[in-house]
Amino acid sequence: MTGVDLVVEPGERILLTGASGAGKSTLLAALAGLLGTEGAEIAGELTVDGGPPAAARGRLGMLAQDPDSQLVMARVGDDVAFGLENAGLRPDEIWPRVDDALAAVGFPYGRDRPTQALSGGEKQRLVLAGVLARRPGLLLLDEPTAQLDPPGAALVRAAVVRVTADRSATTIVVDHDAEPWLPLVDRVVEVVPGGLVEHGPDWRPIGRTAGLRLPPAAPGPVLLTADGAGFTYRGADVAALPPTTVTLRGGRALAVTGPNGAGKSTLALLLAGLRAPTIGRVEVAADLAGGVRRGHREPHRWRAGELVTRIGTVFQHPEQQFLTGRLRDELALGPLRSGEHAAAARATAEELLERLGLAAYADANPFTLSGGQQRRLSVATALATAPRVLVLDEPTFGQDAATWRELVTLLAEQRARGCAVAVVTHDADLVTTFADERIAL
Amino acid sequence: MGTVSSLALGPVQGTPLARINPVAQLSAIAVVTLVLLTTVDVVTAAVVVAAELCLLPAAGLTSPRDVGRRTWPLLLGAASVGLVNVLLSADRDPLVGAGLALRVVGLALPGVLLVAGTDPVRLADALTIHWRVPTRFAYGALAALRLVPLLVGEFESVRLARRARGVEGRTPTARVRLFAGIVFALLVGAVRRGSRLATAMDARGFDSGIPRTNARGSVLRRRDLLFVAATVAVCAAAVALSVLTGAWHPSFTG
Repeated sequence: MTGVDLVVEPGERILLTGASGAGKSTLLAALAGLLGTEGAEIAGELTVDGGPPAAARGRLGMLAQDPDSQLVMARVGDDVAFGLENAGLRPDEIWPRVDDALAAVGFPYGRDRPTQALSGGEKQRLVLAGVLARRPGLLLLDEPTAQLDPPGAALVRAAVVRVTADRSATTIVVDHDAEPWLPLVDRVVEVVPGGLVEHGPDWRPIGRTAGLRLPPAAPGPVLLTADGAGFTYRGADVAALPPTTVTLRGGRALAVTGPNGAGKSTLALLLAGLRAPTIGRVEVAADLAGGVRRGHREPHRWRAGELVTRIGTVFQHPEQQFLTGRLRDELALGPLRSGEHAAAARATAEELLERLGLAAYADANPFTLSGGQQRRLSVATALATAPRVLVLDEPTFGQDAATWRELVTLLAEQRARGCAVAVVTHDADLVTTFADERIAL
Repeated sequence: MGTVSSLALGPVQGTPLARINPVAQLSAIAVVTLVLLTTVDVVTAAVVVAAELCLLPAAGLTSPRDVGRRTWPLLLGAASVGLVNVLLSADRDPLVGAGLALRVVGLALPGVLLVAGTDPVRLADALTIHWRVPTRFAYGALAALRLVPLLVGEFESVRLARRARGVEGRTPTARVRLFAGIVFALLVGAVRRGSRLATAMDARGFDSGIPRTNARGSVLRRRDLLFVAATVAVCAAAVALSVLTGAWHPSFTG
């Protein structure tokens, strides 16, 4: 990133927005004094409180995306106290401040609550309380709601507003999704190639759905049916998924929605032939099962090599699905596993790389890609074996407007070629622009 | 999953043993270890194991199922040690095998009791306050421990994600390769998460040079001293009984 000029006054609330890869995170890391300078070209000057950022780190509070890698202790009160113990406070000073911080973020439970029993939104508010208890002068929030469902995200935003109401801390929020923060901040600064653009109070981001034209698709035959299928973990009292009936049809997209913990991802695993329902059945049309040894069986009993050419699955965390050290090999893997010849598998891989704009990275390691690129790659690995059913868990998670549009277009193309698509999602835009049917759990 | 999830069994809440300070428990473990390492006879080991078994309910392990879930790897190890020694020794004396197996149980069971009865946070507090263990080490380990249950959940996701890519273990070799691949993927993920956690801990002033205080504290009481004294007494009784019955057999003399 180059040409950044920005002055932030004490107590201000600023939103820093911009597309993925524009340099938002770099700027934030620089402010936090966390930027490695090895192999970097540095120009200009950056000061926090008039000095180098590293010198101001004791007065800095940071909130990142993933709450699980920010919580330190097993109990709520101990976690908030952690930062105060580090600051060398006496125990009789610590506990009142812990209670104040928990109250300030609107935390509904007491100090003894195990952190493991909290939802994502609750965990994120707890992390905020832990940061806040240290009374930071500068609060840096790095996409703090990216991994939360909409109600959880709204609660975290409300907590941020409440704790910064007295303006004792300067607040910088980084998020590519600007819209929900607009009413809560004083200024919006967009990171663009070559510098920063400051927006006036009436600025609204261009909606990612504006002018999006998806290819039309004709409804096809029923390919897969969950017939009263449900799932209960061994030893659990409550079903992870109560008996549910859904139908996947060629050329149609089904959206599965509902709050965290309702069983959306579990339903995806049943439809994808990855888990066996503990009640009910998952039925496959003869058309889809053609060529499968013992194809009359439910898909969770098929061989993995037979499954990949018929039902493709994309998991919520793309990196869990990567198996090789190069993009090229990653895309060829599925076709090879399903018994294709090496030359044909290579050709499929090259074609997909070209189409997804990833050809420049053909020899790169999948783990080195950006989040948005990893997501596109994981969708591409599923497409490589041309399955007629696609099951995707939160495919649009953390995508900026441009990659969001690319991804939705890609999925609509699959639907247009007769593919049945099931998406588990919290994304209201995806449901309205793309889904033909919807089931709310 | 069985082997993986037994690692994630946390402490049982509010047990009588939890009222004994963790450093007192560690001292008692040191006494037991020292005694059992000096002898290989069946009588000493039997007395010590009997005393340890009496403490199981105090650690909240009352049902046979709970005991089994926490001790099966240990029992398996002890049984094989005993069996191998009987089969390989010249005179095939089953008493020698039993003695060795009991010794393994006697050495490992205190660890099981400590883990089952003690909150890791109290352990870290006690170690840093009473034994001056560096806070960086104690609370770093504690933070890492919190990630273990997450790893257990991820194991299953990664396995399913591989099946979705067409990779599964149908033959024994394929199964071993699959398992190794999953473990590697989990390790990569754990390292990434660990470094993010380290950054978050740094950002909250961990190990910044300021002397760290402890909000919970850790107190050594009379009962802690009594617990260690009782352990010494039991061990002394075991050794005395062993010598009187003629079973005493020091491990370091021919």
